[in-house]
Amino acid sequence: MEQIPLSHILILSSALFFLGAYGFFARRNLITVLMSTELILNSVNINFVAFNKYLYPEQLEGVFFTLFIIIVAAAEVSLSIAIIINLYRKFKTIDIDDTTTMKY
Amino acid sequence: MSTELFTILRFELIVCVLIFLLLVMKLMDADKSCKQLLWTVNILLFINFAASFLHIPTATLFNGFFRTNDLIELEKTILNLGVLLIPLLASRWLYKHAEISIEFYILMLSSLLGGFITLSSGHVLMLYLGIEISTIPIAALANFNKHERRSSEAGIKFILSSAFSTGMLLFGISLLYGAYGNLSFDYLQANLTPDLLTLLAFAFMMGGFFFKMSAVPFHLWAADVYEGAPMAVTSYLSVVSKCSIVFVFVSILMTVFQHLSGEWLEIISVVAILSMTVGNLFAMRQQNLKRLLGFSSISQIGFVLVGITGNSILGLDSTLYFMLIYVLSNICFFGVLGAVADATGKEDLNSFKGFYRTNPFLALMMGVSLLSLAGVPPTSGFFGKLFLLASAMGDRMYILIIFAGINLVLSLYNYLRIIKYIFIDTPEEQLCVGRTKVMTATLMFCCIAILCIGFISSVYQYIDWAGRQTF
Repeated sequence: MEQIPLSHILILSSALFFLGAYGFFARRNLITVLMSTELILNSVNINFVAFNKYLYPEQLEGVFFTLFIIIVAAAEVSLSIAIIINLYRKFKTIDIDDTTTMKY
Repeated sequence: MSTELFTILRFELIVCVLIFLLLVMKLMDADKSCKQLLWTVNILLFINFAASFLHIPTATLFNGFFRTNDLIELEKTILNLGVLLIPLLASRWLYKHAEISIEFYILMLSSLLGGFITLSSGHVLMLYLGIEISTIPIAALANFNKHERRSSEAGIKFILSSAFSTGMLLFGISLLYGAYGNLSFDYLQANLTPDLLTLLAFAFMMGGFFFKMSAVPFHLWAADVYEGAPMAVTSYLSVVSKCSIVFVFVSILMTVFQHLSGEWLEIISVVAILSMTVGNLFAMRQQNLKRLLGFSSISQIGFVLVGITGNSILGLDSTLYFMLIYVLSNICFFGVLGAVADATGKEDLNSFKGFYRTNPFLALMMGVSLLSLAGVPPTSGFFGKLFLLASAMGDRMYILIIFAGINLVLSLYNYLRIIKYIFIDTPEEQLCVGRTKVMTATLMFCCIAILCIGFISSVYQYIDWAGRQTF
């Protein structure tokens, strides 16, 4: 059985990373911005797992790193959602432009 | 082995025990009698600080994941000092928010624990976990005034930008893993070669670090978070969390990425010039003092980066020394600012007109800390900046030093502008700011330390000794 080459997976993860970066700067809805950061973290996860499986199959370091990233990302998301809910109660909106009061 | 484990992990264990104690106190409704509670916690923090003077032998634990030596011990002590002083100065503010003051301490200590783990990390996984543990509680802290718009805004801006910077850092780390297959610092240090994949990984990691340090191309979040967060949190953010990230950044550059020094010297020089210039230029047009200090802290990071380009033991020493002085000056300044904001709700420059006439003691403390931040000779800030520039001089970074010299003048303008408002202008309104005994004592301590550290050469010699033990 033939395997998918590593380069394909790396292209996928890089594309995912830059999609996430684009979404982070272009989107105006706070929840979507949060989802974009999740895309970035998931691209990293794909990288780690792929490198581990293709290049270093004798060890598990990449997989463990992925596990830790997932756990920390969950903590980060829960805190951001809490802050967004708090913001929504104050502003009645979760649009970045509307919530920004501090300017240069 | 087991007793050894306790001594080596002492810093972390004490902070963990404190966090658990505070959680139990919270459960037992100890915050009913707020004053005693705050005293108890402050005494506990003092014990924590005092315990950091006990010596720890150089050691590694958990297969090299955790390591400690004289230098790391010293860095942790500096962080402990910051954590001790900040709540003392903010005691009145904490007293006002009595029902959630325990949460403030818990979150601050969790973040401190993350800082300790970052400093002691011997593996990239520990580094990542430490950075995350130290940033996530700060986002909750920035959102501490739940009823205030600016505070929530600061919280969301901080958590989103830190999530993005972590993403960048992690992408770099994953590429590094692909290139080497082992992420422990010792292995990387021995095997790193400047090939293309490594350079790409390195660039991503630098991006992540610069984001956390708020150096210039990645500084946009800093001023907003500084302005929106409550004063004690701002001072924690600008002092303790910045210190831990700068310390670990220096030691990683000097050990793990030493083989890439030709490459990182250029990146850091450019970022240093940009940070100093942009930070100072933006600070000039600010009216809000917290925001002004936010931009000035960006330019201070630029100066630290100038010192790092020394790429020698002197670079490490001068960075540590400068950060120690920066901690004291910033805490002193934010302490006075916090007292004023707490009593009157004012933090813009105009309301500080003639502050010296109404509150001479606080104004003097503020003046000393500002002179130290600007680097004017009798204060120790001068020596800090002198050593940073001397370190860059040792590496013959002449263009960088010329830019640093110009920026010293620009930053002097920024700080002297505040001093002019405080000491020369006539007051338009009376600012009545009371102060507690604790606050007076803490401010006096900061002030005396600022004035004396520059002349007590044993401080610098100890830093130098600790640095030489490690490298």
